[in-house]
Amino acid sequence: MLKRVKRRYLALEIDSGEMFSSWEFMDAVWSAVSKLYGEYGASRTRLALISYDMEKRFAVVRLVHTAVDMVRAALASITKIQDKPVTIHVLAVSGTIRALYKKIRQ
Amino acid sequence: MKRIYADLHLCLNLKDLEQVSRMVNKASTLGYRLIAITLPSSYTGEAERLKDLLQEAKIDLAFRLDLKPRTPNELTRNLRMFRRKFEIIGVTCESKNVARQAAKDRRVDLLNFPSLDFRRRFFDRAEAELASNALASLEIDMKPLLTQEGPTRAKLLSSLRREAAIAKGFHVPIIISSGVSNELYMRKPRELAALAYLFDLDKVSAIEAVSSNPVAIVKRNREKLSRRFVAPGIRIIRRGKDC
Repeated sequence: MLKRVKRRYLALEIDSGEMFSSWEFMDAVWSAVSKLYGEYGASRTRLALISYDMEKRFAVVRLVHTAVDMVRAALASITKIQDKPVTIHVLAVSGTIRALYKKIRQ
Repeated sequence: MKRIYADLHLCLNLKDLEQVSRMVNKASTLGYRLIAITLPSSYTGEAERLKDLLQEAKIDLAFRLDLKPRTPNELTRNLRMFRRKFEIIGVTCESKNVARQAAKDRRVDLLNFPSLDFRRRFFDRAEAELASNALASLEIDMKPLLTQEGPTRAKLLSSLRREAAIAKGFHVPIIISSGVSNELYMRKPRELAALAYLFDLDKVSAIEAVSSNPVAIVKRNREKLSRRFVAPGIRIIRRGKDC
């Protein structure tokens, strides 16, 4: 029998003076993940953008629970998006979107 | 009890006090409660002034000296001169002789190796054995992992993986520091620990490397530098004629 896929949601803060589109942001995340782990490793993270607020510089991404450490390391390694300096911080990690927003509010 | 996170290697330009203040405040917002600022050996007198200046940040400040000796004799001479003036002494080991001397000297807190000069990373089993008998810890700066890419980063990760495994085998504490001089490269303690995942450091050890291990060094040295300290476990409780 197939195992149920456990997911994790990461709330991210984009620390930069510039604003980026969701496409630019996800492109930077994917390229950081594939630079560190290759295309095979990147494919195993099942990374997806759930929500993105360009003005608040806030994003939520979804991934499999086994890839949390991998993606955290990749996010920490991002220093530029479109040649503009940026730092991405993880604000919270949770198993459900509802609990994620609850954690952030706290 | 809440964990205290520490970054023992912030390289700040002390002439630009605005930048110093900005980076210390940033460290505070990122969740650090203890940071160490590298001072030049001639800066000791003004350390207290710097401490006062940064009081607003509500962060514990420690002062560190980085030694880069060319010979073991130069190292011992420097240690004799500066050990009692700084809370943390780090040694950048650029030759094997210096690395061995630094590992066995109990006055050295941190062993640091040139990040990108792979032939001069002398942290092998012999070095680890000497360090485990003394009090030295292996310091790993994360900045090169952020600034480098491609084959250089792959080689660096390979070296770090080997060194971390040796350190763990010989119970040498690992300290993860940022080693940055720019706000852009500052990361939260948990993010630095996540980067340690890249060289196969387990989660618990990685968290300890940014919290309990560096805090223990500063605590131990502050006790030693206090006027009440006599020997490990012996302290002066009271002075006066009625003692």
